[in-house]
Amino acid sequence: MDTQTLLTRLSEAVGLSGYERPVRSLIREAFGRCADEVRIDKMGNLIAHKIGLGSEPRQRVMLAAHMDEIGLMVTGIEGAFLRIARVGGVDDRVLLAQPVTVHGSKNGEHDLPGVVASVPPHLVDRQDRDKVVPIEKLFVDVGLPPDEVEQRVRVGDLISFRQDAVALKGDLVSGKAMDDRAAVASVALCLELLSGMYHKWDVYAVATVQEEVGLFGALTSAFDVNPDIAIAIDVTFADQPGISDDRTFPVGKGPTIGIGPNFHPLLLEALEATAKNQEIPYHIEPAPGSSGTDAWAIQISREGVPTALLSIPARYMHSPIETVAIRDVERTGRLMAHFIAGLGPEFMTTWPFPTARTHSD
Amino acid sequence: MKDTIKKLVEAYGPSGYESQVRAIIREEIEGIADEIRVDALGNLIARKGKQSADGLKVMLSAHMDEIGVMVAYIDAKGFGRFTPIGGVSPLTLIGNRVRFANGTVGTIHIDEGMGAWRGKAPDISKMYIDTGATSPDDAPIQVGDAAGFVRTMDEAGDRIIAKSLDDRISCSVLIETMRHLDALGTSTHAVYFVFSVQEEVGLVGARTSAYGIDPDLGIAVDVTLTGDTPDATPMAVELGKGPAIKVMDGGMLAHPLVKDLMIQRAENAEIPYQLEILRGGTTDARAIQTVRAGVPSGCVSIPTRYVHTPSEMVDLNDVQNAVKLLVEILAQPINLDHEP
Amino acid sequence: MKDIIKLLQELSEAVGVSGQEGAVRDIICDAIQPHVDDLRIDALGNIVALKRGKGQDRLKVMAAAHMDEVGLMITGHDSSGALKFRSVGGILDTVLAAKRVQVGPERVPGAIGIKPIHLTQVESARQVVKQDALVIDVGASTKEEAQGVAKIGDVATFLTPFVDLGPTLLGKAFDDRAGCAVLVELVRGQTFDFDLYAAFTVQEEVGLRGARVAAYAIDPDAAVILDCTPANDMPKKKDRSPNTELGKGPAIYIMGGRTFSDRRLVDLFTASGEADSIPYQIRQPGGGGTDAGSIQVAREGVPVVSISVPGRYVHSPSAIIHRDDFDNTIRLVRAGLSRLTRDTLAR
Repeated sequence: MDTQTLLTRLSEAVGLSGYERPVRSLIREAFGRCADEVRIDKMGNLIAHKIGLGSEPRQRVMLAAHMDEIGLMVTGIEGAFLRIARVGGVDDRVLLAQPVTVHGSKNGEHDLPGVVASVPPHLVDRQDRDKVVPIEKLFVDVGLPPDEVEQRVRVGDLISFRQDAVALKGDLVSGKAMDDRAAVASVALCLELLSGMYHKWDVYAVATVQEEVGLFGALTSAFDVNPDIAIAIDVTFADQPGISDDRTFPVGKGPTIGIGPNFHPLLLEALEATAKNQEIPYHIEPAPGSSGTDAWAIQISREGVPTALLSIPARYMHSPIETVAIRDVERTGRLMAHFIAGLGPEFMTTWPFPTARTHSD
Repeated sequence: MKDTIKKLVEAYGPSGYESQVRAIIREEIEGIADEIRVDALGNLIARKGKQSADGLKVMLSAHMDEIGVMVAYIDAKGFGRFTPIGGVSPLTLIGNRVRFANGTVGTIHIDEGMGAWRGKAPDISKMYIDTGATSPDDAPIQVGDAAGFVRTMDEAGDRIIAKSLDDRISCSVLIETMRHLDALGTSTHAVYFVFSVQEEVGLVGARTSAYGIDPDLGIAVDVTLTGDTPDATPMAVELGKGPAIKVMDGGMLAHPLVKDLMIQRAENAEIPYQLEILRGGTTDARAIQTVRAGVPSGCVSIPTRYVHTPSEMVDLNDVQNAVKLLVEILAQPINLDHEP
Repeated sequence: MKDIIKLLQELSEAVGVSGQEGAVRDIICDAIQPHVDDLRIDALGNIVALKRGKGQDRLKVMAAAHMDEVGLMITGHDSSGALKFRSVGGILDTVLAAKRVQVGPERVPGAIGIKPIHLTQVESARQVVKQDALVIDVGASTKEEAQGVAKIGDVATFLTPFVDLGPTLLGKAFDDRAGCAVLVELVRGQTFDFDLYAAFTVQEEVGLRGARVAAYAIDPDAAVILDCTPANDMPKKKDRSPNTELGKGPAIYIMGGRTFSDRRLVDLFTASGEADSIPYQIRQPGGGGTDAGSIQVAREGVPVVSISVPGRYVHSPSAIIHRDDFDNTIRLVRAGLSRLTRDTLAR
């Protein structure tokens, strides 16, 4: 499958935090093709294990990209209208008039197209025109009469953003959930490349759950996998019209590699060396504290895990029109594959070295 | 059950100082539990039942601690400045009484008197505790002493008004559930009843006790808000409509399999229930869920008005139905083997 | 005690911002190596050193002090040759203006300048200059030159020479180099009955990170955390709170941030203070946490107590501690630990 198709399918699949099943089956297929075994843990993390060719005991590298997306949840039904709450960090400012799908679970499963209701300008008080409507005051309208809504929808049902992925000029793709499906795509590409390469270490590619609501999947899967090193892959802020500062990076100029307390300096060094060798463009992205990604949770698992972060620049983060460059997705996949192929048994065994790990399965 | 509730809600036990509550609970369950222990941080852990071939290790958690205040400084005239323990709202303090571990009672007031604060939001840093002392030397309290609110329990028909229903009402639900399981005789699951410490200051006790127990399933029992008071933030939970099965709160999403299990059992046994989404706040379940490699967890919530005030209110029918629901869940085999 | 003051000076002047504690780590490893039975560096860079005890059926006691200090991270270079930065850990914008800093592994001197008061509008003169409007001037005049001086990700700290003021000492980073020095002295001193795990932790200032994994690895029966706590004893208009004061002895925590010290450990140290006539104070409850927050919730839970050297102006370029408080902290911690037995922790 070509990258654009993979990215499109992943972006359009539904998988809100805590309820990742629909997108998970798609990812299971994508990762499973190149892995030796795939399993789903108690929390819903998808863990694909690709066995290395080194002699036992083999070290483990964990890759983590989160499969959950932000969205909404039905908190009440008032006549024909649904009250909503956020699942993850949804930006209130982008909600008005957004197309959504209500996943009704009463009397069967119903995917109901709807819209976040907005009061037309004619009816809004002058003084309220410039105010953001807080989410507690918003409603979703599925265009059905009250009794039909009552038959299909109940409190707790999920609502996803309804958005097709679209190719823009310049090899960009715009769609919902590029955070973090673009990263998931890069992991799939990495596994595909590794199938044609010789690698000594064991690879655990994890599509994590519930990153958007507390990094929960990363925390628990890192404990489970107990890796020697880990790389988290997420998206980062991209330059976009009107915004450019040292917190944003150009789209189409490669992934960023994180520097800061969240990341191990030797991993950073090795990733940079790989990028330079493979002529993959990249930028260094500073994080003075928490990176706000799965890397933050993985680093403090058990006795500590040397961790790195690769980020794909994305415009309009946490809105349904997130935009990434296909070649950045591919570069990230390539960077990981070549880095992993270069891992030998001596890597990270001299200072700063992790304590001797016991892999009790 | 009302007697147990009364003893518990009126007891002293701000976060970090739960020993009096622990003693009361211990007395209630001595002789019913199969084994009882207290761990390093003070959690009271009581096991009931043995894990059978198709049984699980289940952890239930209700927290013993209540919100309160801690003395930070005693001034030259014997007035005590204080800092909150847990989520104390300044709106609930002026004119309220607090009680310390040794029984000392003090009243809270504010600099310059109430007149100066008309139309302004009261500020905790401007408040003080008056125990009747005249100097640091005759003050019956010192820096570091912790106090909880002091109120007796009142009944209002089927409803109870008391302080610390959060979360002593859930402690009594756990005790009652243990009694019911005891009466049943047989056991499918090993159920660990954890009466946890320091929930109000960061889910501390639940996290560490869950690590130690390493359960297959976690169920917290805590209070949740309601949407049935004047101009309340809309919420689909009301007093008297049954225990609430948590879907989502400010800190977590209930595991779908656990949520569905609870709904199924409630419907099978015709126990009224409500579905809960709480916009702010969370429970011990969040801490249990992320220990080790993860624990599928959920929460049975007791709808409660006026949470974190000295006069919280619950409906006894909801409380009794919560017990029924827990027994219904625990008295039969549970299968969590599906993909979540 | 002269030797320990020299060590404190070395530690204070070393650069060790959260995530890049190497220089501090090296000093401490050299100081404690001859006195410990085992020393290792873990995946995050913590030092965990074991000093085996002389008793039977030994307890595992963890003592922790953090090596990292708050500082600045270089995040970009502007066209005029200045360095852009963001703070690592909690530094108030109010203390940044017009301070000397040292940048990068070469410790290149620089300054954080602001617009002269003469050229500033009256209204703005009363406002704090926000961090994102500040830059570091290292004397470069182009972006390329600036890039040659410091890379993105390099760290900078305040440039504050250590000064002995007599009864007090002035320097940067006493939070928590003072705690580290106390812990070094403990490790260099008598053997206890229990096994002492001395953890010099990393990244406390960005979320108690190092202590979390160190505690998981050690899995101790109890932990003492040594830090440096704000002394707020300047003249006040109202009789509100002195918080902790300089000269009144080590400050014992009953509650720091939202973490409760174990009451039995608090009583152990206060009783030891009374018995051995060592002055101590009770640190004002609330506000500001220590590594105790993450150690307490390791695995099945760890009883903790924090004891700090009082310091004025912590998290600013120049802090002040009192020699006596520093010495008494060493004495008090030693006195309490030497009385710690299984019975102390029995329920």
